[in-house]
Amino acid sequence: MKPIRRRTLADHARGFLRDWSLPRQFRGESPYSDAAKSSGSARLRPRLEEADKVGTNICPYCAVGCAQLMYAKDGTLIHVEGDPRSPINQGTLCPKGAATFGWLTSELRMSKVLYRAPHSDRWEERPLDWAMDRIAHLAKQTRDETFVHKLPDGTVVNHTLGMASLGGATLDNEENYLIKKLFSGGLGMVWIENQARV
Amino acid sequence: MPQWDLANADCILVMGSNMAENHPIAFRFALQAKQKGATLIHVDPRFTRTSALADIHAPIRAGTDIAFLGGIIRHILENDLWFKDYALNYTNLATIIEDAFEDPSRNDGKFSGWNEAKKSYSFESWQYEGEFVPSSLAEHFVNTTESFSDQTKRLQQGPTPKDETLQHPNCVYQILKRHFAPYTPEMVERVTGCPKETFVTVADALARASGREKTGTICYAVGWTHHSTGVQMIRAAAIIQLLLGNVGRPGGGILALRGHSSIQGSTDIPTLYNLLPGYLPQPHGLKPHHTLQDYIDHETTPTGWWHNFPKYIVSLLRAWYGEAGKTENGWGFEWLPKIMGDHSQNPMTLAIEDGLIKGLFLLGQNPAVGGSNAGLVQRALGKLDWMVVTDFAETETASFWYKGKPVQAGELAPKDIKTEVFLLPTSLAGEKAGTFTNTHRLIQWHDKVVDGPGDSRSDLWFVYHLGRRLKELYRSSADPRDLPIRYLTWDYPVEGEREEPDAEAVLREINGYTWPDRRQIEDFKDLQDDGSTACGCWIYTGVFPKNDHNQARSRKPDGPDGPGTHLGWGFAWPSNRRTLVNRASADPAGKPWSERKKLAWWDAEKGEWDGYDKVDFSTQKAPDYRPDWSKEPAGMDALSGTDPFIMISDGRGALFVPSGLKDGPLPTHYEPVESPVKNPLYGQQHNPTAKIWDRPDNPIHPPGDPRYPHVLTTYRLTEHHSGGTPTRSVASTAELQPEGFCEIAPELARELGIENLDWVVLSTPRGEVETRALVTERLQAFRVDGRLVHQIGMPWHFGWNGYATGDIANVLTAVVGDPNTGMHENKALTCHLRKGRLDRPGKGD
Repeated sequence: MKPIRRRTLADHARGFLRDWSLPRQFRGESPYSDAAKSSGSARLRPRLEEADKVGTNICPYCAVGCAQLMYAKDGTLIHVEGDPRSPINQGTLCPKGAATFGWLTSELRMSKVLYRAPHSDRWEERPLDWAMDRIAHLAKQTRDETFVHKLPDGTVVNHTLGMASLGGATLDNEENYLIKKLFSGGLGMVWIENQARV
Repeated sequence: MPQWDLANADCILVMGSNMAENHPIAFRFALQAKQKGATLIHVDPRFTRTSALADIHAPIRAGTDIAFLGGIIRHILENDLWFKDYALNYTNLATIIEDAFEDPSRNDGKFSGWNEAKKSYSFESWQYEGEFVPSSLAEHFVNTTESFSDQTKRLQQGPTPKDETLQHPNCVYQILKRHFAPYTPEMVERVTGCPKETFVTVADALARASGREKTGTICYAVGWTHHSTGVQMIRAAAIIQLLLGNVGRPGGGILALRGHSSIQGSTDIPTLYNLLPGYLPQPHGLKPHHTLQDYIDHETTPTGWWHNFPKYIVSLLRAWYGEAGKTENGWGFEWLPKIMGDHSQNPMTLAIEDGLIKGLFLLGQNPAVGGSNAGLVQRALGKLDWMVVTDFAETETASFWYKGKPVQAGELAPKDIKTEVFLLPTSLAGEKAGTFTNTHRLIQWHDKVVDGPGDSRSDLWFVYHLGRRLKELYRSSADPRDLPIRYLTWDYPVEGEREEPDAEAVLREINGYTWPDRRQIEDFKDLQDDGSTACGCWIYTGVFPKNDHNQARSRKPDGPDGPGTHLGWGFAWPSNRRTLVNRASADPAGKPWSERKKLAWWDAEKGEWDGYDKVDFSTQKAPDYRPDWSKEPAGMDALSGTDPFIMISDGRGALFVPSGLKDGPLPTHYEPVESPVKNPLYGQQHNPTAKIWDRPDNPIHPPGDPRYPHVLTTYRLTEHHSGGTPTRSVASTAELQPEGFCEIAPELARELGIENLDWVVLSTPRGEVETRALVTERLQAFRVDGRLVHQIGMPWHFGWNGYATGDIANVLTAVVGDPNTGMHENKALTCHLRKGRLDRPGKGD
């Protein structure tokens, strides 16, 4: 077995002189490219190198509409950065936009449906399908109990004042469209609002 | 205007916004303009990073913006600084108003038409002489149930009455001069507290950015909208920009800086009570909206673009009810629910508290933190039978039943609260595909890159599968009231194991297609009112012009030598136009006002409009086109080649608004509903039409109440987002702003013996909060009528969940609203401040 050769002081000194950028800059190499390289930086690999998927995203926080690039590997998000092509943000992101990766990967995110029964003092985990069936049942029951077809004067109003919906400004246009279509056009709800007035 | 166009401005006024901190990426363009020599001005009660980067910071008392802006309007008119060729040709400056119109200065602060019993205005005296002018808003005749459709026909019979010499005592120019005459620099100083020298410097800088060679921009955010006079603040900005010729031109305009990723989209495709997609009015039970024909007769304007209204409503009904809609049943119009009044968030809170609302869906909103009078909101949630929350983490609202104010105060225990609560985990952008519409109407697609964790689903999934279940439950019903849900078209393809609905299929329906053969429509000019087209939102037509062409996903910016309108990047509604009213970037003859401010122009050879942008005008209407009044022209035919404001009935920028606003045709300074002082300008203290729900659970302070002597203004931080869940639950942003605080000026701190970082208690009769004091010169006191008025600022993002916590500022605020929008007044109210802490059960140190 070959004995391990430990790096000596002289090795360190040679390494330092090889990597030190100042002499190289005096020789005319650019401090922004070649002269900035060292054996340490040569070993570094970009975080995105192993990404097997990239998508275009739009920042989920404010309404400026900064474009982002999202990178994933094996179905797991590995990186989010500003899209340099965007005429709005030209690759930059603000402290909130730069927190997008932290938002998607936050330890406080839930992955199960939580249910609190009337008068209960705790959350319980429930299957998604069960919750959806129960919500549909309650929505139908409340609609049926509160629906008004005509006012006493005969005016057809086809509405329910017994159910409300709040939210939408953080959601996609397609989501807002289906919310309005189902809740207003389908169920007759009139209390439909979002953050636009908040 | 696109945000990047700010870089072309010669002067930028940021007011009602802390742009550097709350829209930092957009603020880069303001700084680029400054580097090129533009003057950057910040008018704000607080000195913020925006002020630090501005050339001028003008401090004002919170809620006095109209006094300041009114002063600028007076300055422009008195010194004859307005852009004559623009304002005379493109606005209603010369239009003559009815003789009966009276200014508030003659009525102790109210316009003519006031009805004391109804606490509202009628608009007859605000009309153009001898005409009725419908508003370009969805609600054409607010507060009225009468149909004006016959009177409005007069607009088709001849040009609106004008005096181009501006001498007529009731032409808009003379009315403006009289209305704003009291807004002198001295009065501006007296009302706002801003030194008159600073005010004049601002007014001069703004007025200089005008004319053929120059333009200026005004940027605002919720610092304007969150007032009982919010709409009129924006109106005042519009008057300034119309007088200076700064609308529709490069580097000119008014930029609303909105706060959520698709808040513009959720206004266009509204999850709002009073609108249908594309700014069509939701049918109203107290208006002549009985049948489709009644509704069309009442809401279609005789002149201007909105004359096409029937095509848009019929195409929407076709998209929603498909084959069930027929000519005989008005394409299903009667199935649309009719509203009865104000169903916005403020009255919704009260309707929950009063037991009218039994079930609530909360789709990504957190009203326990963001709702006005948040203590009342939290109590009210316990009155619900059921509540469904879709969010990525437990919000304060979802946890109200064990962590809310009444439970923490020991008034209620979870066992006393009946509400059945569902908390469903949601997927976020990047975990689902779809579009957001940003603050300048740009629709941008985002891809799905990964799956959301565990049972997380998109809200598209939630609504689609809820709808599918409900349709199944109602499938065999024979009851006529169940027809709408039975007939609702709901045939979206799903994909994958999770059965995620195809967002592109939904966007294709929003864009619109021919019926029944489903060929995508390329432009809303092709929509019809005979059932042969289906369209979910007419203003979005063109976003998906071909079956395989999703323009929102296009990512082709202009190169460095390109025109800079970036027509290949996403899709801006309508019809990819980046700057609205851009016909006004050319002079009446169709030539650009100057080479420097070139955007759209008339190409006489080709006989059409050309430009760097898509023109927001009839593409082949020549500048010298004039309506032939003998033929009673309708729609666009009634607008001449020099009428650039095509959505307005007379094609002219509205300096004076004859209808559509509930609180007056011109902005007028009223004090906030809660103010420490009497209105120095009029006997009328606050906006007479303001929505005030004064009831025992929402008490309001009278003006000058000595118990609540300080002005309180709420605001936002760079590191946090609205109700806070998306940033207080994220380590990096929570670490940067870890807990709540309020900002207090050093004079007030000295007076009350408060040191920096001391605990303090803020209170109103709605509630009290404790927080840390940040003693800072960023806030200052104002001397108003001999009295020193202190201002306190408090960020409203905080709550009890997440890594970064703090008391909820909205516990202090009131359910009070602007008459036009119903928006609350959380930027200016009054409060009490003391050193110390609250006595809370179970509280540690």
